[in-house]
Amino acid sequence: MTEEIIKDVIIGESEDYIINVGPQHPSTHGVLRFEVCLQGETVKYLIPHIGYIHRGIEKMCEAITYPQIIHLTDRMDYLSAHINNEAVCLCVENALQVEVPERVKYIRTILAELNRLASHQLWWSAFGMDLGALTTFFYGLRDREKILDIFEESFGSRLLHSFVMPGGLMHDVHPNFQKGIKEFIKYFRKKLPEYDQLLTGNVIFHQRAKGIGLMSKETAIAYGVTGPSGRGSGWSCDIRKIAPYSAYDKVQFNECLETEGDTFARYQVRMREMHESLSILEQLVDNIPEGDYTAKMKPIIKLPAGEFFQRVETARGELAVYIVSDGNKSPYRIKFRTPNFSNLFVMNTITSGYKIADLVAVSGSLDLVIPDIDR
Amino acid sequence: MTPNLYDFSTLTGAIHEWLSGMMSPGWVTFTELVLIGLLFLLFFALLGLFLVYLERKVCAIIQNRVGPNRVGKWGLLQTIADLIKLLIKELIPIRKSDKFLFNLAPFIVIIASLMAMAALPFAKGLQAIDFNIGVFYVMAVSSLGVVGILLAGWSSNSKYSLIGAMRSGAQIVSYELSVGLSLLAIVVFSGSMQLSTIIESQADGWWLFKGHIPAFIAFIVFLIASTAEINRGPFDLAEAESELTAGFHTEYSGIKFAFFFLAEYINMFIVAAIAATVFLGGWMPLHIGNWEGFNQVMDFIPSIVWFFVKTFFIIYVIMWFKWTFPRLRIDQLLTLEWKYLLPVSLVNIVLIAFLVLMGWHF
Repeated sequence: MTEEIIKDVIIGESEDYIINVGPQHPSTHGVLRFEVCLQGETVKYLIPHIGYIHRGIEKMCEAITYPQIIHLTDRMDYLSAHINNEAVCLCVENALQVEVPERVKYIRTILAELNRLASHQLWWSAFGMDLGALTTFFYGLRDREKILDIFEESFGSRLLHSFVMPGGLMHDVHPNFQKGIKEFIKYFRKKLPEYDQLLTGNVIFHQRAKGIGLMSKETAIAYGVTGPSGRGSGWSCDIRKIAPYSAYDKVQFNECLETEGDTFARYQVRMREMHESLSILEQLVDNIPEGDYTAKMKPIIKLPAGEFFQRVETARGELAVYIVSDGNKSPYRIKFRTPNFSNLFVMNTITSGYKIADLVAVSGSLDLVIPDIDR
Repeated sequence: MTPNLYDFSTLTGAIHEWLSGMMSPGWVTFTELVLIGLLFLLFFALLGLFLVYLERKVCAIIQNRVGPNRVGKWGLLQTIADLIKLLIKELIPIRKSDKFLFNLAPFIVIIASLMAMAALPFAKGLQAIDFNIGVFYVMAVSSLGVVGILLAGWSSNSKYSLIGAMRSGAQIVSYELSVGLSLLAIVVFSGSMQLSTIIESQADGWWLFKGHIPAFIAFIVFLIASTAEINRGPFDLAEAESELTAGFHTEYSGIKFAFFFLAEYINMFIVAAIAATVFLGGWMPLHIGNWEGFNQVMDFIPSIVWFFVKTFFIIYVIMWFKWTFPRLRIDQLLTLEWKYLLPVSLVNIVLIAFLVLMGWHF
């Protein structure tokens, strides 16, 4: 296999039919390139080429202060921007041993779940598009808009809102925050069945998704495929359950597990997670305690020398932050273990032998965000 | 029984007589051919523009959007603006492409759909050529289009295009069978391949209603198979956007792309028109058995209105398919044809032959 790849890719002697899916292609959702070797329509093997949008975020972080790092983490997985911010903040707070107010914990959890919902809505829209059902895109974005409106009202930005700061929040939320969320829950509970009517029950969709891109639990663990993609293979890997952070230990929710490991299972996990997120929001939104929006922090944050680690569950899987500090105001080294990087490299294993159309379906079901891979 | 109102043959006859009075029969035929050709080209362009506009509006309704509404009243001039843009766009030359075939392909596609249009009966007495093998002719010329698609894919020097063209070839060749068999069902019922005779035979009721269940099955099979034959969603594998960027016409730009684009919409119109003619009585008004009063009221609606209402209804259904369903995979597409549609149509046609033999239809 490896020799074959070297012959094909590096020397270019092979007579295989190789096509490049990407870096500019409607279904890669960004600048990702798959070098796909085809036999007829069947995928023989696939090599992902990454780095088209590498910005050196980890290296840049070594030159800037911790509050500034927050703004860079937005640009990794831009669809879970809030959760990325939270990961760094939690890590810094752990290092400084700051206890953040309860109010902050609640609001952070609410924001994380809203962000997860928005991300899953966008995923659903784009997944439908990948399969050729173009209408899903407008249904998903219609509902996502409501969440972005809530964000905009409170933080002034819709997508990359570096709202979470080490120690708390940048400022308090808008007075309409709770009302807006309650309205949204009521609205989205009504709209979610539409998603099922449009796509979940469709015969063509079942044919396209069931039994495609099979990933066993062993494969998922071996490649470190976390998040909904890993849970679709029956791997219980939800950080919110394993190592609760913020207010996740105060809410009741189920970890959504499917055992089939195919595209449809991953789809089902995400659809169920939307319901779970709604129920988490319902539990939290009325119980936000009064209090400060931030803990007392020094104007210049300096971490004590040492190594610090924190992991959170983004909409796509496990995001881990590892900071090595030498006692300065910027980290000596920071490492992000991003979920999409691991999720991407399982592609070759789970698409070999399927059709090229399945390749699109599988990559859609893994819900890849390319800037998160390249960083 | 046959309605005599709004018969276009009086108009066309008068033109013919007027021309005959002026020149020799040879010149009359020539002039008429030129006239009809020009009329068709004009109709072709206008219809294409309108269908693009209609599709954008229909898909906007399905997707909770407004659709084009800025250029002209209700955005009616939007497609004209688009056309102007396409006309003045650069034709990008493709390196190492087969220049001759590359330039030829769009014309083959558009000529095929233009030829198919010649046999369509638009209204009573409004039909360019009334072949005695009309159904067969339309089938034959509309399947010529696949040659253009194959050439486009082959000559583009692009791997995406080639895959798209190969898919298209497999798809159209397969679905041709089901289209043909479902049309044959009505040919068996009416005993003729001539489109005008088929329409006349529906004077007392459309074949969809008086052909019992077999005609209904044939209609459904025709709708599915013809949607596949014109490369539209959910069977738009040849240009599957999310897989092959744009399939066989990836490398085309400007007016050559517009040709493919127009041909797709014209083909949709042709398919819908054939379905309306064969199954829904073409320009024939809705007649129900012995309800004389009702039938007479229906006769007051001009035949051309009947034809276009039925055709656009079917066009709407085909658009509805596209904007609702996910796309099939190539093997599922071929499975659907060879394992389901084809056996069903074969059994269906035997059933119909039996029905007709026993005289059990109306």
